Amino acid sequence: MEDILVKLGYCVEFGKVDKNAPYPPDMKGQDGADELTKQAIEQGISAAVILEDALVAAMNRVGQKFTEKKIFIPQMLMSAKAMNAAVAHLKPFFNSGEITRKGKFIIATVKGDLHDIGKNLVKMAIEGAGWEVIDLGVDVPTEKVLETIQANPDAKIGLSALLTTTMGNMQVTVESIKSKYPSNAIIIGGAPVNEEFKTKIGADFYAPDPQSAVSYLNR
Amino acid sequence: MTLLDKLKNKQVLISDGSWGTFLQQKGLQAGDCPELWNIEHPGDVLAIAQSYIDAGSDMIETNSFGGSRFKLAMFGLQDRVHELNKAAAEISRKAAGTDKTVLGSVGPTGKILMMGDVTEEELYNAFKEQCMALEEGGADAIVIETMSDITEAGCAIRAAKENTKCTVICTMTFEQSAPGQYNSMMGATPTEMVEQLIPLGVDIIGANCGNGIEGMIDIVKEIRKSNTDIPILIHANAGMPQYVDGKTIFPESPNQMASCVNGLIDAGANIIGGCCGTFPEHIKKMAEVAKNK
Repeated sequence: MEDILVKLGYCVEFGKVDKNAPYPPDMKGQDGADELTKQAIEQGISAAVILEDALVAAMNRVGQKFTEKKIFIPQMLMSAKAMNAAVAHLKPFFNSGEITRKGKFIIATVKGDLHDIGKNLVKMAIEGAGWEVIDLGVDVPTEKVLETIQANPDAKIGLSALLTTTMGNMQVTVESIKSKYPSNAIIIGGAPVNEEFKTKIGADFYAPDPQSAVSYLNR
Repeated sequence: MTLLDKLKNKQVLISDGSWGTFLQQKGLQAGDCPELWNIEHPGDVLAIAQSYIDAGSDMIETNSFGGSRFKLAMFGLQDRVHELNKAAAEISRKAAGTDKTVLGSVGPTGKILMMGDVTEEELYNAFKEQCMALEEGGADAIVIETMSDITEAGCAIRAAKENTKCTVICTMTFEQSAPGQYNSMMGATPTEMVEQLIPLGVDIIGANCGNGIEGMIDIVKEIRKSNTDIPILIHANAGMPQYVDGKTIFPESPNQMASCVNGLIDAGANIIGGCCGTFPEHIKKMAEVAKNK
């Protein structure tokens, strides 16, 4: 029983989506995250154990390696893809309430900024850590973020900006959120953003990489 | 005379500086499409090109970095690829006259091959469409730049080589990931770039953005370790951007950047210019150093 969870964790860690997936080349023809999750459920392993012991643990290792620059964006994206293939089989257990998510996280790239790779990486890492993520996309106006918080009052928020020219819009969005919803934590990230900017605009946490955002939410 | 012929006659040529930062200074807002300025504000675009030529650039890029159909689609302009890229090249041609070189700028599409966002064929066709329009508007060379994925860069190189007569340049963006180690966002190293892109027929290789000019010296050295012959182009930022009092500041002054030019030449660079945060004054100072070398 434990063997299959180890194998599943390995598939997520190295980005093996399903049996037909060509990546990674050294796992060609082997079962991937898709098949192994199905088998684990059939063997009677609880969905919560599959999620925590195999999937979340593997994504944690992936996030760690990314932080240490041992892997790069493509490897992380493939892991997230494998994770998604596995989680698809767990959907009924989320819906029935047998497993619960840790909370809700709203994520957006700020107004005027069309970049989504960084935002997507953080989204995948946080989903992979067991949170429900509401992705508002790119070029998101402040009003849209405020409406989404109103509909999900306990949600935490993540904002991304790649351009120095859109950091001003990030400031506007953070200040608007804080004036209306002072207790909802806001994480900011993106190439030009730093700790000093976080303090200046009144956000709660600056995440230099996806894993630190996960650690902040889980603490 | 082609760019490669010019390189045979002269040890070092000077390229231009920023476009994006310069357009912002002229009023481009976050969320605006820069390439649309080729139609709506051609005078401002021409003024940028002209100011670099006047500062001593031997070549001038085009305002077409985001001119692929994938990037233009973010503004609903995917059906205007031909018009916007051709106009970009025509404007730079006007500034370059007949003797300076026009480099048609081609940036990444923002799509990720490995994730199945697009196929290589779709990328190839998008780059082909853009490169052909740039050539039609008067580009002598295509500069495929700010690439982080070698496979995407390869699609662009093949598209440019197989469908235009232009000289083909490719520069990737590397960041320092550990002391002495440089990787692109997708993990590629300068050495991998050399090994995988030169066989595709690229004429000139190099790096742009992502670094100040000092980091570029290390990158040139790494490229030269695996290839002693291929011409190297460097477009360096004026350092990495800082956000101070609501304004974006690029910390390296024209004199600071100029002080690294000899280091870049000694490492093996053949064409030197600027990227984000560099202006005609930077180019002028760098050109003075290069010409006295």
